[in-house]
Amino acid sequence: MKLKEIAHSRTGDKGNISNISLIVFNQADYKLIEEKVTAESVKSWFKDIVEGEVTRYELPELGALNFVMDKALGGGVTRSLAQDKHGKSLSSALLEMEI
Amino acid sequence: MKTIRIGSGAGYAGDRLEPALEVIEKGNVDYIIFECLAERTIAIAQQEKMKDPAKGYNSLLEYRMDKVLPLCAEKKVKVITNMGAANPLAAAEVIKSIAEKNGIKGLKIAAVLGDNIVENINNYMNYDVLELETKLDSIKDQIISANAYTGAEGIIEALKNNADIIVTGRVADPSLVLGPIVYEFGWDSEDYCKIGKGIMIGHLLECAGQITGGYFADPGFKDVEELWNLGFPIAEINEDGTVVITKVEGTGGKVTPATCKEQLIYEIHNPKSYITPDGVADYTGVTMEEIGKDRVLIKGASGRQKTETLKVSIGYKDGYVGEGEMSYGGSGAFERAKLAGEIVKKRLEVTNVKIEELRIDYIGVNSLYQDEIADVMFNDKAQCREVRLRVAGRTINKEDAVKIGNEVEALYTNGPAGGGGATLGVKEIVSIASIFIPRNEIKTEIHYKEV
Repeated sequence: MKLKEIAHSRTGDKGNISNISLIVFNQADYKLIEEKVTAESVKSWFKDIVEGEVTRYELPELGALNFVMDKALGGGVTRSLAQDKHGKSLSSALLEMEI
Repeated sequence: MKTIRIGSGAGYAGDRLEPALEVIEKGNVDYIIFECLAERTIAIAQQEKMKDPAKGYNSLLEYRMDKVLPLCAEKKVKVITNMGAANPLAAAEVIKSIAEKNGIKGLKIAAVLGDNIVENINNYMNYDVLELETKLDSIKDQIISANAYTGAEGIIEALKNNADIIVTGRVADPSLVLGPIVYEFGWDSEDYCKIGKGIMIGHLLECAGQITGGYFADPGFKDVEELWNLGFPIAEINEDGTVVITKVEGTGGKVTPATCKEQLIYEIHNPKSYITPDGVADYTGVTMEEIGKDRVLIKGASGRQKTETLKVSIGYKDGYVGEGEMSYGGSGAFERAKLAGEIVKKRLEVTNVKIEELRIDYIGVNSLYQDEIADVMFNDKAQCREVRLRVAGRTINKEDAVKIGNEVEALYTNGPAGGGGATLGVKEIVSIASIFIPRNEIKTEIHYKEV
């Protein structure tokens, strides 16, 4: 199953750091993403893109996880050579992950 | 219990105006905020100010104020905005002349200054730069701008002095909202549990349409009606810091716990420590409840004491990016685009173009997520029937950057078959470096103008 079937997501940026939220549609699915979508699995999924550490923060009341990915934006929004310098489209890639 | 209503009129420098006018006209709001500064915007504005000392504010200021001021005067709505960018004083002067032109009387305009420290930047050359792992000295000759993220104190003081329109420079985004909340409820600026709630409300409003269904729709998964007519948000804030997020009735978009959650987590790192100049907000206890159509009750944020330092955003010249693109179609499109990319790379090598970093993307295949994820998403890249080559390189000199796009364009007559739609360009890079300075080195100044 793709994450997209049970969760939604939005990406933000600060300098060379990207943060991606992962929010379940139904609270009952929170345990599943908490168990399956770890900092390690996200780091591995984005291994071409993220050079630094991935840290996961949990917001169980909201059914949400927040992944903070260091050195993820090609040197930062201002100097990145990427087409999507802010990494805004990374949320859609996270939702493609199979669990 | 006293309640105030604050609307949001812009979530970025170039945002739509019509939804803001709707909020003023039909939203029954006491305040409207316009958040118009991104990390780099102020550095670009500072460059404009250096060319013309009467410029350096948001380029849509005149356009917006010409429509906003008459409506706000009629509806008794106060305006708070960071559209002053690098030159709040000039912006206040522009606002004054627009008010006069529209025959508005009895309006007090405040320009909040003090964030701009570019003239004193030499005092900080031995400070560590967050992004670079070097001292500030290493980019000394490239610096364009330096602005401290300041808090709500200037806005609160201006409101105490009966300002109707407040225009600032680099005030932190949530502070635009926290200011009127603290002023209206007479909160103690060291009651951090409350300050944390106010910061959260500011954070929810600062991106305007991003909480009312903008940047949310995904057909079949997350449907949003009438996105073309997206309504901007209104916060109904209670004295105890609880808030209902809503929008103008009859507009497009939607306000649900899901739209609010996406915005709450947007651009934050540790939800326990959302650091702003006014305090450190804690979102870990936040709860959301849908209490009606397009009405979400949000409570449970708290906060901790503000930090001793303020973040200073320094804009500096960081070389150039040269780019070129060319499209290929039909069967073999990806193979021909790849051949084209190889040709450009080889040409740049043999003609000794000095490039710090080069990136070659195939738009439609791997330009967003690179190869690992592309390989999962496509069974076979060779099946792509439209592929656009994109070559981008960072250089120290402009001349080298120009050659990158030129080599892509030269694919027309020298490259693989059927390339079309070449584009090329060069941009100067303005990067951002951050330092942290003692809070007491920033002094807020307020200038008033009246019509």
